[in-house]
Amino acid sequence: MAQTAQAPVAPPPRADERLGRKSPVARMLARPEAGAIAGAIVIYIFFFIIAPPFRNASSFSSVLYVTSTYGLMATPVALLMIGGEFDLSAGVAVTSSALTASLFMYEFTTVAWVGVLVALAVSLFIGFLNGWIVIKTGIPSFLVTLGTFFMLQGLNIALTQTITNQVSSPDISTLQGFSSSRVVFSGSFTVGGVNIRTSVLYWIVFVIIATWILLRTHIGNWIFAVGGHAPSARAVGVPVGRMKIGLFMAVGFMAWFTGMHTLFLFNTIQAGQGIGNEFVYIIAAVVGGCLLTGGYGSAVGAGIGALIFGMVNQGIVYAGWNPDWFQFFVGLLLLGAILLNTYIRRRAEAAI
Amino acid sequence: MRRSRSRAIGIALFMIISLVLAACSATGGKRAADAAANGGGGVVAGHANTKHFTVAMITHAAAGDTFWDIIRHGAIAAAAKDNITLKYSSSDDPTKQAQLITDAINSHVDGLAVTDPNPGALCPTIQKAKQAGIPVVMFNAGYTNWQTCGGMEYFGQDEMIAGVAAGKRLAAAGKKNVLCVLQAQGQAQLEARCAGVKQGLGSEGTMSKLYVNGTDSSAVLSSMTADLTRAKSTDAVITLGAQFALIAIQAISQTHSTAKLYTFDTSAAEIAKIKSGAVQWAVDQQPYLQGYLSVDSLWLYLVNGDTIGGGQTVLTGPSFVDSTNVAQVGKFAAAGNR
Repeated sequence: MAQTAQAPVAPPPRADERLGRKSPVARMLARPEAGAIAGAIVIYIFFFIIAPPFRNASSFSSVLYVTSTYGLMATPVALLMIGGEFDLSAGVAVTSSALTASLFMYEFTTVAWVGVLVALAVSLFIGFLNGWIVIKTGIPSFLVTLGTFFMLQGLNIALTQTITNQVSSPDISTLQGFSSSRVVFSGSFTVGGVNIRTSVLYWIVFVIIATWILLRTHIGNWIFAVGGHAPSARAVGVPVGRMKIGLFMAVGFMAWFTGMHTLFLFNTIQAGQGIGNEFVYIIAAVVGGCLLTGGYGSAVGAGIGALIFGMVNQGIVYAGWNPDWFQFFVGLLLLGAILLNTYIRRRAEAAI
Repeated sequence: MRRSRSRAIGIALFMIISLVLAACSATGGKRAADAAANGGGGVVAGHANTKHFTVAMITHAAAGDTFWDIIRHGAIAAAAKDNITLKYSSSDDPTKQAQLITDAINSHVDGLAVTDPNPGALCPTIQKAKQAGIPVVMFNAGYTNWQTCGGMEYFGQDEMIAGVAAGKRLAAAGKKNVLCVLQAQGQAQLEARCAGVKQGLGSEGTMSKLYVNGTDSSAVLSSMTADLTRAKSTDAVITLGAQFALIAIQAISQTHSTAKLYTFDTSAAEIAKIKSGAVQWAVDQQPYLQGYLSVDSLWLYLVNGDTIGGGQTVLTGPSFVDSTNVAQVGKFAAAGNR
């Protein structure tokens, strides 16, 4: 320790940049969801100005409702993407779950809750199967779940046709336990004259749970690690296989939950439904800051992404624009939100 | 560890099974439906002992659509009666539908029943079937050009005429602001229906269009809710498919709208709603008849050289299902045939 003698003339110690305290604004902007929040605010203000009905509280409750139907699924899909995998079967899995429940409870004339539990088991199993095939074969989840996407789509139609001789599930609203199931999964309540669906609350609760898992538990750390670089994660003892299967099962769980919501809201389910929604979930997650390559993202971001999608979808109708241009404007506004998102993230990264 | 886990699974299974056994519903479900059916059910009409034929039916149906399911029920009933093997396939993508028709020609079927929503894409393929000596019957879509495409007969309704009939009836009911809900964009038939409604209303009222994502019930509900909130003066909603009328009932009650509900096409669940008064009426084009006649007419041609309609369009609609005749139609709806 010869240097100690020269200590007085040593340059002043430079602060380690990793330990430095950034300003709260810089820290906020560095979060994955920062760009999405800015995009959401811009789109909110945009529709607030051009679409008078958008300003009502009841209209915003309807925006929140459509957001929640996408957001419930976008949450586990975001976790899965952070964990480095895709699930293209997520959209039809919702319909599969709803069909399973309704066909089971109708055909066996059981109390509604029995069908609900059977559907939960089936949904978790589908999630497990997706994950298990991905882990055991090493085939990219994009391909595996593309396969299960088509298979579920076919099963939905074929089994419904075989069992009921029709392409929609029978009306289950006269079964015992229907009303209590409806209250739980598809209820609504009124606050200050505004009708709010409980799915909005469930969505917020699930986003909070997912955020807590991601940021406050070792499982959250593992999810980031698995998605960042699976071999390194495995090397430090993270159970990569079990983590990924678990994430696929989380998607299965929420597919069940969303499916039950749809079933008890509409009493019957068309067997061909849900196709295309898998992309909405993925878009919501990406707009909200998840990287397509995994290892980065947030559950709050996916929620904001779903909110952007919900606002654009409803806002265009509230604005009364020419309906022929609807899809075009949806795409344009989403692209705008993504561009703003990317711009803010770059600025935030440059500022650090 | 392993033993205690398998024991836990065993206990769980036991609990589930006993739960299922104890959890039968006293109301509704299949048991109630069976009790109410009294041996009714599907249409059985004997069996012909004529030569066996194979007929391919190729439609532009989207998978899992109730309306097309009824068409298929009709086709199956006719095939069973006529000693015909029916090969049913469908795709809502015109290129794929053309491919399916080509496949049927290549497999030398005895007859072909097709729908033609996109004349440009399908006409050349349909003409090839005619050149190959396969009789072609057209139905449901292709009203304007079935003769030039090489069709022998046509069973269906003109969507424009159906729309006009609906529009006139809305005008007669004093409706001023009609919302026409389309479940897909860029489909000629759906557009023709709304255009017909507009024409039928004439100067009596205005019509606005709303496109919804037909594959997502929640999205359909939200879009309708948004539009009814925006346009408070809407006094009539007309949907273009039975399943969307069921969702519109919720949208109307949620927004406390005073609009009345009307629809194109029918289903068992929707006919029940006409009975209860939640839906005023449905434009019925008798899909079962379209499917049935398409197959049965091919049989008549193959065994006796007959053509139904004598080269003219055979109209299966529009007729209306409303409070006056719903009891009559409702009897057949439960079997999925109306």
